[in-house]
Amino acid sequence: MAKSLLEEKLYSQEFLVTTEIGPAKGADISEMVHHIDLLKDRVDAINITDHQSSVMRFPSIGGCLLVKERGGEPILQVTCRDRNRLALQADLLFAHSRGVHNVLCLTGDSIDVGDHKEAKPVFDMDSVQLLRLARTLESGTDFAGNQLKGSPQFCLGSTVHPEADFIEPQLLKFDKKVAAGAQFFQTQGVFDLPALRRFMQYASQFNVKILAGIIVMASARMAKYMNENVPGITVPQAVIDELATAEKGKGLQKGVEVAARMMKTIREEGLCHGVHVMAVGNERVVPDILEAAGLACVRA
Amino acid sequence: MIVAEQKKLDEILRMVAPYERVLILGCGTCVTVCGAGGEHEVSYLHNALKVAQRKSGNGTHALSEYTLKRQCDPEFLDMLAGRVEDVDAVLSLACGIGVQAVSERFRQLPVLPGVNTSFMGMPKEWGIWDERCAACGDCRLAETGGICPITRCTKGILNGPCAGTKSGKCEASREMDCAWVQIYQRLEGLRQLDSMRRYYPPRNFRVIPRPRRIVAKSTAGGNDGQVAA
Repeated sequence: MAKSLLEEKLYSQEFLVTTEIGPAKGADISEMVHHIDLLKDRVDAINITDHQSSVMRFPSIGGCLLVKERGGEPILQVTCRDRNRLALQADLLFAHSRGVHNVLCLTGDSIDVGDHKEAKPVFDMDSVQLLRLARTLESGTDFAGNQLKGSPQFCLGSTVHPEADFIEPQLLKFDKKVAAGAQFFQTQGVFDLPALRRFMQYASQFNVKILAGIIVMASARMAKYMNENVPGITVPQAVIDELATAEKGKGLQKGVEVAARMMKTIREEGLCHGVHVMAVGNERVVPDILEAAGLACVRA
Repeated sequence: MIVAEQKKLDEILRMVAPYERVLILGCGTCVTVCGAGGEHEVSYLHNALKVAQRKSGNGTHALSEYTLKRQCDPEFLDMLAGRVEDVDAVLSLACGIGVQAVSERFRQLPVLPGVNTSFMGMPKEWGIWDERCAACGDCRLAETGGICPITRCTKGILNGPCAGTKSGKCEASREMDCAWVQIYQRLEGLRQLDSMRRYYPPRNFRVIPRPRRIVAKSTAGGNDGQVAA
């Protein structure tokens, strides 16, 4: 039996659509709930980020519980930046107990890029080790080999960077993640189709599902900012130039257009098993993107 | 070697303020080489403190100076015996080990740190030092082409680069090389990439029950060349 609705869909022939919501910065979660309600039936699953870019926010697990309460399918993001192996295991047991079984295992951004630069970076583990840790819990023991009373079940994912400027070490790490038990990958933002095609050719030797990461940009300025400040992201000049052609106040509309076109191509070529839409603060336009990409439908 | 940086004069002035007679104590090893606390820096700081006192008009400190060959070695600390009897505090320009060694030896005496001990490293060029060792107690340089991921990767991760690396640089700083890109290239050159393909479990932090202690097994010290059973 599938461990989650997402897992069931991963092994169907469906073209999957996932998206992500950045949790609230503060105790007022109304906007986040609004975004969940807006998206839960339009996508197959919603990631709730874990202090993305090392900026302190409402926790991923809290957001995942909200997604469940509202009737959606959550993906818990777990990074190794803030928790050691004891805390990571406890969080995973808790997630399972509350019906959150989809887990995206990440190393986590550097503390230096965030808003608590003086905090202690934990990194007791990395993403590969975290995947193994989750699989170890499933097998009925904790990471130190002690017997568990009841074992959890997870559908595990991770990330990969198909457009890294030095791809070989990234592929080597990808292999390790697959061997460690990753079933699906949500890629970093893709812009360069030839690079994505090359990556997919490589990835097709493994029995894993690849959801291409689609970043929705609100302006050429935002694209440049991301190039400067967001780890691992490189928006090509051609995309920046296209965003710059937008009329004043219509940057986001252009961004939606660019994102939708990319998604459409990926789907029509059958290049990946799905897409993962990252709207970075513009979650409200995700339905428009899906509409423009021809991917709008009820996915409950 | 241990690399340290001298504290700002303001902070040093605040530390020594309660004490009338202060011995500025240099150290002849690492901090001499990195220019933070050797004989030269002791003398320079001595003058700087005198000038600052004169300027502020409220300084009545009697300052003296001396530089030991090594502050972290009890043998050398004997040489201090006659020099600390008539001081109220020692301002040590040694690393944190030296400060504590002096403090342990002369228990009645406040010992103040004049430098911030930064890391273990080596000079890149004059005036620039780079961290190279985290003293993790479980050296794996044989598997990483002689490049330490624990020290040189900002996350200290063991199974390859994170996705934040760009143009061979680290996501934490564009000035910093990505250790894992370097490790990959080095291993490739050595035809040892297989060692990077291997899975490495999380570090064993039990090799670091703090504070650590090493007891030599024989008077010769160190490894006698025999393989452990």
